[in-house]
Amino acid sequence: MSSSTAPDVKAGRLKVSQLEANFADLHPPLTDHEALVESDRCYFCYDAPCMNACPTTIDIPLFIREIQAGHPESAAKTIFNQNILGGMCARVCPTETLCEEACVREHAEGKPVKIGLLQRYATDQAMEKKHPFTRAASSGKKVAVVGAGPAGLACAHRLAMHGHDVEIFEARKKSGGLNEFGIAAYKSVDDFAQKEVDFILSLGGIKITHGKELGKGLTLAKLEKDYDAVFLGLGLSGVNALGVKHEEAKGVKDAVAYIADLRQAKDLSKLKVGRSVVVIGGGMTAIDIAVQSKLLGAEDVTILYRRGQDHMKASRFEQELAQTHGVNIRPWAMPKKLLTKDGKVVGLKVEETAMKGKTLEGTGVTFEVHADVIFKAIGQHFVDVTSGALVLHEGRIKVDEHKHTSRPKIWAGGDCTSGNQALTVAAVDDGRRAAEHMHVFLTGASHG
Amino acid sequence: MADLRSNFVGIKSPNPFWLASAPPTDKEYNVVRAFKAGWGGVVWKTLGEEGPPIVNVNGPRYGAIHGADRRLLGLNNIELITDRPLEINLAEIKKVKREWPDRAMVVSLMVPCEEEPWKKILKRVEETEADGVELNFGCPHGMSERGMGAAVGQVPEYIEMVARWCKQHTRMPVIVKLTPNITDIRMPARAALKGGADAVSLINTISSIVSVDLDNMAPMPTIDGKGSHGGYCGPAVKPIALNMVAEIARDAQTKGLPISAIGGITTWRDAAEFMSMSAGTVQVCTAAMTYGFKIVEEMKSGLARWMDEKGYATIEDFRGRAVPNVTDWQYLNLNYIAKAKIDQDACIKCGRCYAACEDTSHQAIMKEKDGKRHFEVMDDECVACNLCVEVCPVENCITMERMETGTDPRTGKPISKDYANWTQHPNNPMSLKAAE
Repeated sequence: MSSSTAPDVKAGRLKVSQLEANFADLHPPLTDHEALVESDRCYFCYDAPCMNACPTTIDIPLFIREIQAGHPESAAKTIFNQNILGGMCARVCPTETLCEEACVREHAEGKPVKIGLLQRYATDQAMEKKHPFTRAASSGKKVAVVGAGPAGLACAHRLAMHGHDVEIFEARKKSGGLNEFGIAAYKSVDDFAQKEVDFILSLGGIKITHGKELGKGLTLAKLEKDYDAVFLGLGLSGVNALGVKHEEAKGVKDAVAYIADLRQAKDLSKLKVGRSVVVIGGGMTAIDIAVQSKLLGAEDVTILYRRGQDHMKASRFEQELAQTHGVNIRPWAMPKKLLTKDGKVVGLKVEETAMKGKTLEGTGVTFEVHADVIFKAIGQHFVDVTSGALVLHEGRIKVDEHKHTSRPKIWAGGDCTSGNQALTVAAVDDGRRAAEHMHVFLTGASHG
Repeated sequence: MADLRSNFVGIKSPNPFWLASAPPTDKEYNVVRAFKAGWGGVVWKTLGEEGPPIVNVNGPRYGAIHGADRRLLGLNNIELITDRPLEINLAEIKKVKREWPDRAMVVSLMVPCEEEPWKKILKRVEETEADGVELNFGCPHGMSERGMGAAVGQVPEYIEMVARWCKQHTRMPVIVKLTPNITDIRMPARAALKGGADAVSLINTISSIVSVDLDNMAPMPTIDGKGSHGGYCGPAVKPIALNMVAEIARDAQTKGLPISAIGGITTWRDAAEFMSMSAGTVQVCTAAMTYGFKIVEEMKSGLARWMDEKGYATIEDFRGRAVPNVTDWQYLNLNYIAKAKIDQDACIKCGRCYAACEDTSHQAIMKEKDGKRHFEVMDDECVACNLCVEVCPVENCITMERMETGTDPRTGKPISKDYANWTQHPNNPMSLKAAE
């Protein structure tokens, strides 16, 4: 390991054909027969644990039974009724820590019903057909939704179903939020995020305006004035800092931004990839950037995580996915010092860590790792663009169980709110919940 | 190693597994393949009278019910008796019997309900040196419209009459094949016995429409937009066949009448069950049509292993042993008290027992304990119906435990060791009150 070598960062490490193979669907969809056999494995549990483990409380036994009885479109409607982004959630949900972990067959034999794949089977078929829902008669109410991510889309869809007219304001040029700009590419192939947005919009009653950002031309006061209600699905725009010197050095990158570039790249062979890549963090983003770096042709990829593997937010399945792709996970290690040369990163001095009582401390033992690129995947934070108009809690927007904020006409959901689980499916649940409550607010209708 | 040899009304075979009269036994080619595979005998597919052979439909003949992973559970067919010329069949039967003298060769017959045709065909079959004949009084489709098959089997007087003709006109053992499409199976069995038949075989197929094509609004299998009822067989019919075999085995008049059992036999266990109900041989069709002739290997080795484990040297050692334990409901012991018990270590907490009991039965299972998901039987409500046992996906997780002593918490009555049945019960208006 030499810190003196010039950084090796270049595009086209692999042939296009290899890249295509590497970024194919992680879990190929079930065939009709596979779906029938798999659906037959479901026990149709009473008060099913899987359903209770689902953040959107999809009636899983019912939708599986509908597949089994030959009606995948009915199954899809059962799914979409709770989660209009059921197609994406089928692809990206960490089912191994949600529904499939709760499945009694996981408990019984370590082989849960493949709920995620069955959900995908149903939703894929239904999305090719006519939109399963229709809009209620127009309420004459106008709602603004800020952010076209999972929370905003779910909220907009449910509001539009209830007959309200929805206008979504989205800062980026494309809708979908992290479904479009985050999430590993092999989990959402064939431009699925955009197809899903089109599917949601095909209900009608939802208009999206791109290039509109809260705090930049768009103000909360104006939205409150012009609309009957407002939903904020802002996401997290701040990147957490490592807190070490030279963080601005060339080669130190934000994993989320790089994944966005990767997701938007038309030709992966044009994307610059380091030969040796170090990822700092322990969540899904860390896994996603590590695996994708490897798939893009990086030779050595190491994830440094300051605690033990059991503490990583990434599920065991995700960790194993990284490891089987040749990613080295190095727990109990924290960055101490960035090694740079001519303003470019060349490596990292790392200190081993250990628990001293209840606190994590450096042991004083250090080592150096060579790195052409270092990815920060240590989380993001909420940047308040509401000029302090809303009460925050733990740095994010404070909401109640209905996702209602401190202001009467404003609701919020997804990553920008406190207490959120940082999952697509949780954001969808927030959006739907908020919409139901907003509907009551807008019409005086009783909830339900 | 158990001795599987069978001697059924004088028809000897190296094992009791015969192929039933059906498509697998329609010609030399299939039967030779079956014998090579190890089948103990065959009942050659039903021959009709001399002359132009019958014709079959040229569209689909079968429909089916499938379980998970397309496991075939029930098969329905509208095929008729052999559609090959009588001469060819007879020549092949003779040839195969000569080449395979140790195997049972029984010939199934169906001719019009008159003495002369039966007399005539029996002579022809005798010339083949076949071991016996089986009178097909069972087919519920097609032939029955022409006054044969089930049309005969549904009239006990005809059964008796034809059986008598056959016994008069041949030295061969006569087996009467019974149709299940009848109210009381004992009637045709008694008629067969009265007519002098050596044995009965049952069941033939059950009249059925296996499914409806909802796009074309026609029964399946559909032929040019129409469908006809067929005969149902396969694993789904086994319980019906088992009951009918048991009814004949325990009927005072037909007790001891040899039975060749047919109906959904798929593994050695099915065969052993029929034999425990007194069957001397078993006939198989659907299992062979589903998996091929090789299945007989498992049947033979499985039966022999089980017999060895139980210490039965020959089939006669256990044949009919379950018959005395088949009784009428009125003689069941009402003082036998049991309660369901859920093994908490084996329970996977699916809650199916709870849903079944709470929604459809006796509200005897709790779903929560100390705020946690937990399924446990409440003895004071449990009537021991066994539904929870049957719906539980985990084998042996829920069991029925007999209460020998104490008080039944459901009724509050002390448990008696004495046997007492409905005929003695005070609620029975017909009960015998001995003390009075």
